Amino acid sequence: MRWRQVAAVLLLALGGAAMLPLQGRLAREAQAAHFRKTSLDIDLRERIGQAGFLAALSGFRSPLAALLWIEAHAAWENTEWGRMAGLFDTVTTLQPRSLTYWDMASWHMAWNAAIAALQNEKQPSEALRIKAQREYFDLGRDFLERGIKNNPDRYQLYLQLAVLLRDKFEDHCAAALAFEKAALFPDAPAYAARFAGYELAKCPGHERDAYEKLRALWFQGENQRLPSLINLLRDMENRLDIPAAERIDSAPALPQTR
Amino acid sequence: MRLVGVVWAIGRNTLTELVRQKVFYFLLIFALLVIGNSAFIAKLSFQEQFQMLKDISLGAMSVFGSLLAILATANFLPKDMEDRTIYTILAKPVPRFCYLLGKLCGVLALLAIAILLMSGLFLAVLWLRESTVLAETREQFVSASPEDLALAVKEVTASTFNLNLLPGILVIFIKSALLASLTLFISTFATSSIFTILMAVALYFIGHLQATAREYWLSGVDVEWWSRLLAAMVSLLFPDLQAFNLTDDIIAGTAVPLKLFLGTAALGGLYIAIYFALAALVFSGREL
Repeated sequence: MRWRQVAAVLLLALGGAAMLPLQGRLAREAQAAHFRKTSLDIDLRERIGQAGFLAALSGFRSPLAALLWIEAHAAWENTEWGRMAGLFDTVTTLQPRSLTYWDMASWHMAWNAAIAALQNEKQPSEALRIKAQREYFDLGRDFLERGIKNNPDRYQLYLQLAVLLRDKFEDHCAAALAFEKAALFPDAPAYAARFAGYELAKCPGHERDAYEKLRALWFQGENQRLPSLINLLRDMENRLDIPAAERIDSAPALPQTR
Repeated sequence: MRLVGVVWAIGRNTLTELVRQKVFYFLLIFALLVIGNSAFIAKLSFQEQFQMLKDISLGAMSVFGSLLAILATANFLPKDMEDRTIYTILAKPVPRFCYLLGKLCGVLALLAIAILLMSGLFLAVLWLRESTVLAETREQFVSASPEDLALAVKEVTASTFNLNLLPGILVIFIKSALLASLTLFISTFATSSIFTILMAVALYFIGHLQATAREYWLSGVDVEWWSRLLAAMVSLLFPDLQAFNLTDDIIAGTAVPLKLFLGTAALGGLYIAIYFALAALVFSGREL
């Protein structure tokens, strides 16, 4: 019997020694491939309770996130904006690689909650209603910025951030930058680069840069030559006083493509 | 070759026995969960719908796979002793490790079938929901340009099935197989199936935490030799189950590099082999 015990201990020690470097290497590879990035800390423990935390630790992060998202949806139906924000925070902590959660959380805050705050009949002061609206805009922006930090390898949240900056903050310079960052990704839609140019055109002091960018896009070919681009280019040529010979209408026609 | 035949016969009988115990009835619960969830989430946006469906379905697959692995494996040794079938088998020229290997193969076959059936059901529901959403999208874009329609369709299909789900499902199987092997090891020295189940469930939870503990022990510059030895013992005694939790991030759209998938599969294979060797070692000296 004794030799079996010795053999079992030896097997454990040797197996463990062989396993350790493999586990370490796998953990590093997983981190590099954006796996296992969730930080399950005390703060999260307090937000989701003991049972939820145990579930998250036991490999049920995504089902738990889904259940909390459904809870957040129920909170939306009851227009409980504060509760929704808290739940979104927890869901995005549990599933930081899910673009849907970041995107929807931001949309609910910056669009739905912000409008509700502005139209809040219980708040007689317009200044305070506007203040509350701005706070929800900021919350929406914060979700997207944190989402980008967790997903720097994907373009989608840059696009959403650009839209938010354009439509809610009316910060065209920042929106242009965000569109431009999205456009750098090879799988980003073609409109990202175009929208970056449109927003830059509205950014004071950057009209010339915007014109150059949009002109370069126009030269890329038919797929970028949309009426909105052409109209804006013509308008800018007039505003910037571009010589007639350099205007797009004087440019040679592109060869016909199939 | 004779031993392969022995293992095959025991494995087949184990599978038949487990199927006769109506273990596949759990699929009804899985089906209810997936289809019920799918009906409930119909009012959400399509991105949310597909995300929820994948979250709940793959999470349920992982739970059912793990439970099935623990419960099916914990039961067979005490049951064979109670029915006295083990004595009949071992009275023949059947080495004890072949008996264990046959039993483990039977449980692994059951797990493979169960996970295949669950995957089939999940993919069918996913496909059905995708078809519904696509039909709705086509209706909404009836007056739009073909380019806009193609873009919308692409967005819908990108949110549903992606090839990364397949390695995710395979990893669920590997994790269940590891748990079966670990439970088999516990059952070789346990005195009852309740003890085996409790131990396996406890190890399941510990296994999910061991990576955090290992990281803590091995962080820093001057790590003592005994810390390394302790970490090595812990990393084997308690399997690193976090290493098999790839599905959470796969659902979120993260692509699995082939190297990472193969490394995870190799780690699973190593654990299964070591736990099985330990089980065979302990079982060879057990008084029956």
